[in-house]
Amino acid sequence: MSPITTFHYLVVAAALFVLGVIGVLTRRNLVIVLMSLELILNAVNLNLVAFSRMWGNLHGQIFAIFITVTAAAEAAVGLGILIAFFRNKETMNADEIDLLKW
Amino acid sequence: MTTGMTPVATPFFFYMLSGLAIGGGLLVITRRNAVHSALALIVTLLAVAGLYLMLYAPFVAAVQIMLYAGGIMLLFLFVIMQVHTERASRDRRFNRMWPLGLAASSGLLALLVSAFAKGRALFPDRMLRLPESSNTQQIATLLYGEAGKMGPYTFAFEIASLLLLAAIIGAVIMTRRKI
Repeated sequence: MSPITTFHYLVVAAALFVLGVIGVLTRRNLVIVLMSLELILNAVNLNLVAFSRMWGNLHGQIFAIFITVTAAAEAAVGLGILIAFFRNKETMNADEIDLLKW
Repeated sequence: MTTGMTPVATPFFFYMLSGLAIGGGLLVITRRNAVHSALALIVTLLAVAGLYLMLYAPFVAAVQIMLYAGGIMLLFLFVIMQVHTERASRDRRFNRMWPLGLAASSGLLALLVSAFAKGRALFPDRMLRLPESSNTQQIATLLYGEAGKMGPYTFAFEIASLLLLAAIIGAVIMTRRKI
C-alpha cells in the first residue's frame, strides 16, 4: 500500500468536517446539533495536528490544545443555554424555538 | 531519545481508525436517540485520539481523551439525562430546512473535493518522523517558557484559563432557577 501521507489525514478531517456541517444544518434535536459542532472542531484539530507533523514544529499541536480548551468552554455555555431554554419551553426541537420571529 | 523505530502496519491502523472515526460521525448525525449519538461521538473522539498518536502527538492525544471524551461528553450525557429526550426521540429526525442544509453541505463537499484534487501535488509523499519522547517537554517549553522568560504561548495560556473561568461562571449563573 502507499505510505500514509499528510493528504490522507486531510481527507479524513474534511470528511469529518462535512459530516459535522450536515449534522448542524439538518438535525432537529438541539443536543445533537451541539454534538455535530464538536465533530467540526475535532476535524479542525486533526487538520492542525497533521500539518504540525508535516512542518516539523509544534505550533499546530498547541493550537489544537487551545481549540480543545475553547470547545470545552463553549460546550459548557451552550449546554447551559439549552437547559435554561428547556426550563421555559420544554422543547428540544430547532423547529419550535422561534420566539424571536415576528 | 528514540531510535529510528519503523512503524508497524501503519496503513492498517490508519484505515481502521479513520473508518471508526467516519463511521462514528455518520452515526452521530443519523441516530434518533440522543444517547446513541453521544456514544457514537465518544467512539469518534477516541478514534481521533488514536490518529493523533499516529501523528506523533501523544500529548494532544492525552488531552483529547481526558478533556473531550472524558469531560465534554460526560457533560453532554448529563444534559441529555436532564432534558428528557425520549419524547424527542419519537419525533422526526431532521428539521424543516433539511433539503437546503443538505444542498449547502454538498456544495461544501464539492468545494473541498475540488480543492483536494487540484492541490494534491502540494503535499510531500513522506511524512517526517518526530521524536515522541520529548513531545510533552517541548509543548511545555512553548506554553510555559523557560528559565524565567515567557514562552511564545504563555499569554494565550493565561487567557485560556480566564476563558474557562468566565465559562464556568456563566454556565452556573445561567442554569440557576432564580438569578
